[in-house]
Amino acid sequence: MGSFQSLPDNHQYRTLSQNTGFSLEQIGILHNRFKQLSQNEETLRRDDFKTIQDLESNPIRSQIIEAFFDKRNFQKDDVGSAQEIDFEEFLTVMSYFRAPTHHITEEQREEMRRAKLRFLFNMHDTDNDGTITLEEYRHVVEELLSRSGALGMETAKGIADAAMLEVASISVGPMAPDEFFEGITFEQFLKILKGVEIETTMHIRFLNMDTTVLCK
Amino acid sequence: MEMKMFIVVLGLLVGSLMPIGGAASSPDTRGEGNHSSYIKKPFPVLSFDYDHVRLPFEISLWVLLASLMKLGFHLIPRLSSIVPESCLLIVVGLLVGGLIKVVGEVPPTLQSNIFFLYLLPPIILDAGYFLPIRPFTENLGTILMFAVVGTLWNAFFVGSLLYGVCQLEGVDLKHVDLLSCLLFGTIISAVDPVAVLAVFEEIHINELLHILVFGESLLNDAVTVVLYHLFEEYSSVGTITVTDVFLGIVCFLVVSLGGIVVGAIYGILAAFTSRFTSHTRVIEPLFVFVYSYMAYLSAEVFHLSGIMALIACGAVTRPYVEANISHKSHTTIKYFLKMWSSVSDTLIFIFLGVSTVAGPHRWNWTFVIMTVLLSLVARVLGVIGLTFVINKFRIVKLTCKDQFIVAYGGLRGAIAFSLVYLLDPVQFPMRNMFLTAIITVIFFTVFVQGMTIRPLVDLLAVKKKQETKRSINEEIHTQFLDHLLTGIEDICGHYGHHHWKDKLNRFNKKYIKKCLIAGERSKEPQLIAFYHKMEMKQAIELVESGGGSKLPSAMPSTISMQNIQPKKTPQDRALPQLSKSREEEIRKILRTNLQRTRQRLRSYNRHTLVADPFEDGWSDVLIKRKKIIEMEKKISQMNNHLTVPAPPPDSPTVARARLSSDPQVWGTKAVTESIPTIKVDLASPQSPDPVNEFGSKASQPKESKEDGGLMMKAPCPAKEKKEKDKMAYEDDDDKEPQRLTRCLSDPGPAAEEDEDEPFLP
Repeated sequence: MGSFQSLPDNHQYRTLSQNTGFSLEQIGILHNRFKQLSQNEETLRRDDFKTIQDLESNPIRSQIIEAFFDKRNFQKDDVGSAQEIDFEEFLTVMSYFRAPTHHITEEQREEMRRAKLRFLFNMHDTDNDGTITLEEYRHVVEELLSRSGALGMETAKGIADAAMLEVASISVGPMAPDEFFEGITFEQFLKILKGVEIETTMHIRFLNMDTTVLCK
Repeated sequence: MEMKMFIVVLGLLVGSLMPIGGAASSPDTRGEGNHSSYIKKPFPVLSFDYDHVRLPFEISLWVLLASLMKLGFHLIPRLSSIVPESCLLIVVGLLVGGLIKVVGEVPPTLQSNIFFLYLLPPIILDAGYFLPIRPFTENLGTILMFAVVGTLWNAFFVGSLLYGVCQLEGVDLKHVDLLSCLLFGTIISAVDPVAVLAVFEEIHINELLHILVFGESLLNDAVTVVLYHLFEEYSSVGTITVTDVFLGIVCFLVVSLGGIVVGAIYGILAAFTSRFTSHTRVIEPLFVFVYSYMAYLSAEVFHLSGIMALIACGAVTRPYVEANISHKSHTTIKYFLKMWSSVSDTLIFIFLGVSTVAGPHRWNWTFVIMTVLLSLVARVLGVIGLTFVINKFRIVKLTCKDQFIVAYGGLRGAIAFSLVYLLDPVQFPMRNMFLTAIITVIFFTVFVQGMTIRPLVDLLAVKKKQETKRSINEEIHTQFLDHLLTGIEDICGHYGHHHWKDKLNRFNKKYIKKCLIAGERSKEPQLIAFYHKMEMKQAIELVESGGGSKLPSAMPSTISMQNIQPKKTPQDRALPQLSKSREEEIRKILRTNLQRTRQRLRSYNRHTLVADPFEDGWSDVLIKRKKIIEMEKKISQMNNHLTVPAPPPDSPTVARARLSSDPQVWGTKAVTESIPTIKVDLASPQSPDPVNEFGSKASQPKESKEDGGLMMKAPCPAKEKKEKDKMAYEDDDDKEPQRLTRCLSDPGPAAEEDEDEPFLP
């Protein structure tokens, strides 16, 4: 109970480091940040994220916060949404944003890619049925354009539809008029995002260097 | 046959260059008789007065020669794939220069003035305007390292080692002092953007390497300018003190930042001006060109870096100007820039060849060979050393192959040549030797490196440029990732570069775009802008492909909205489907109603193209075809005005009112909603309104969509004419099948990457 409150316990950190791949120093820094956000409590709640001012102007703020509480991202084969998360879970979610180290094998790179894309997929697939349906995709685009007023909302539907059609045509090919395309599965998701080099794009530089600027 | 005719024409051209040179010097006998005697001469029916058109005539001849050469290369079947164009042009220049010399005339040389003021700016503007911003900013650190530190290293390494060589016994180069050597080192170490562009354009290398070498060649101008002036100033004095070095560093900062600021100011002015050009679209391209050129000249006035000014101006102008100007102006700008830069480029290389024949040479074996060797060695060492340092900070490391290409791609070109030409022969007695050495290095890099880089790229299996178009999914996810990463950085509490980029974007959106972009488009987010661009392109592709009448035959079937709409609940399915006869009835009603109210309909909706297009008979196809021909005629008529009138924005109530005006139509609405059939989208009546062209378009299509329209299988009215005046800008629904048909059958027109660039990534 009180172990997290006391001085950083190297043993705890070492296990965390092994699980998530962060260095001990990075874990220390993130722990400080965690304590700052949670106001020195042991767990983090959704409300704590509201204290971050810069996050308020982010259009996909709610989705990002949800991703932190999404049990699918904790790598424990659990589903559903948590009410509060502890430091280990916080760190696990952060570990999706690590950059590939210099010497990793091709398979490890592929695995990292899949993990990151899985994280993205989970962010879109809110009802956890394994596919991103048209409604869910529309929601994604609407959120992205949520700062653009009514004009954005109307076009959002069109954009989402166009995107969905594109995925359908690439992955399934010609379909008869009465066939139905369920939604984007994870494999298809991997395919359409092949062009975006996820493992290098989706990372925070902070985690590579040891200097920090802790801001409010 | 073509080749033979071509060679004959060419021969005539070159032949005409000779006597014209001679005719210019021949005395003008006509005028002499007039003032000495008053004998009346017969009225001269035909006279020859070449002098007063001499200059423009010769310039035009040269440009014509250059362009014909360019044509010629591509007629020879295999030549252009083996030898890069730049080499061929230099050879032609050599030949022409040789010919002129043989005739006895003095071949013209590449005047530095003409080069820097007239030939270089179009190429740099072309590069700057179409600079891919995203890769450039992502790799800015690396590019700056190579440009600044790399050039400094090269300059000092080559300069000092050459000085060492010059001091050796047995070589009579003692008179070459240290500062002159350093000056020479500076001139020769600058990677030349013209040469790099000319060669790299043909090898289609991957984006990262291209932007690294190219970015370096652009940004090293500041370093070159400062070092050049520094050494030139002080070479007469003979010494440089620490103060001078310090001043030099300050000068460097002033030159580079000053150049960028000047460029940015002119860029903002150009963007601001373009905000008001909605009524005079014809001169829109002119503003872009003139402002950019003025930026270059203004920077040159203060000896700031003109190249950086031009790049900054082009890069700053582009996102805002493109939002303001018409599509035709955009095409005009693009093609004019490409044309000018192409002509400039050709002329530069030809003149390089001619000047080689003309220029005063002094060959010194040691000096020249050492120069070539040292510049190669310096480049390789520099790249390896810098990459070692840079890779510590990069996520995507530069591999050995990348390093090799970067080192090998460091070509020298006409800028170095012109800089040597600018040297004062009195102050620098060894100028001719420098000239010879530089020409040798240029020839070496362009010929040897230029010709061998392509097979080497293939041999080393370097990643090539991906030709795929940017898909909307990738665009959505790129945006999504940007926001996600910014969010995560905020949660981490780290002010990383996503954070600052996001702040810049928001600042841009809130303040700058409002000032510089006219009307509705200032609020358009990037994703929507991208989407509209895509639609526009598809629409144009569609028109160019001759309209839908061709498509059905090409496409077996494809995917439509029907396939991805969420499944209807069982409750809806319980409702009866319309029988065929009822459908026919409704169709007839629609047809008459819509024709009566004279509303133009959007064309194609996905279903008519997906399902059997010929189901309704030949007559429908004929009607459609006729409409398309009419539309194309109207488009060509529209070209005179060069404006694109747009329909005024439609409010939802107006659209609904139109739909509901017909009672019979209204009656079927409830039934048809559940059936996944065709929507008939009504368009608003035409009215010329040049402003708000894009803004209103966006608002318009969605109205009818939100209505849930008239869901009908009514292909005939729906297939009727497109909105001609909107340049076939279509409702996105209609575009999807077209786009998909493109996906499946035909890659469509070549991907234009520069057009696909988002505004501010």
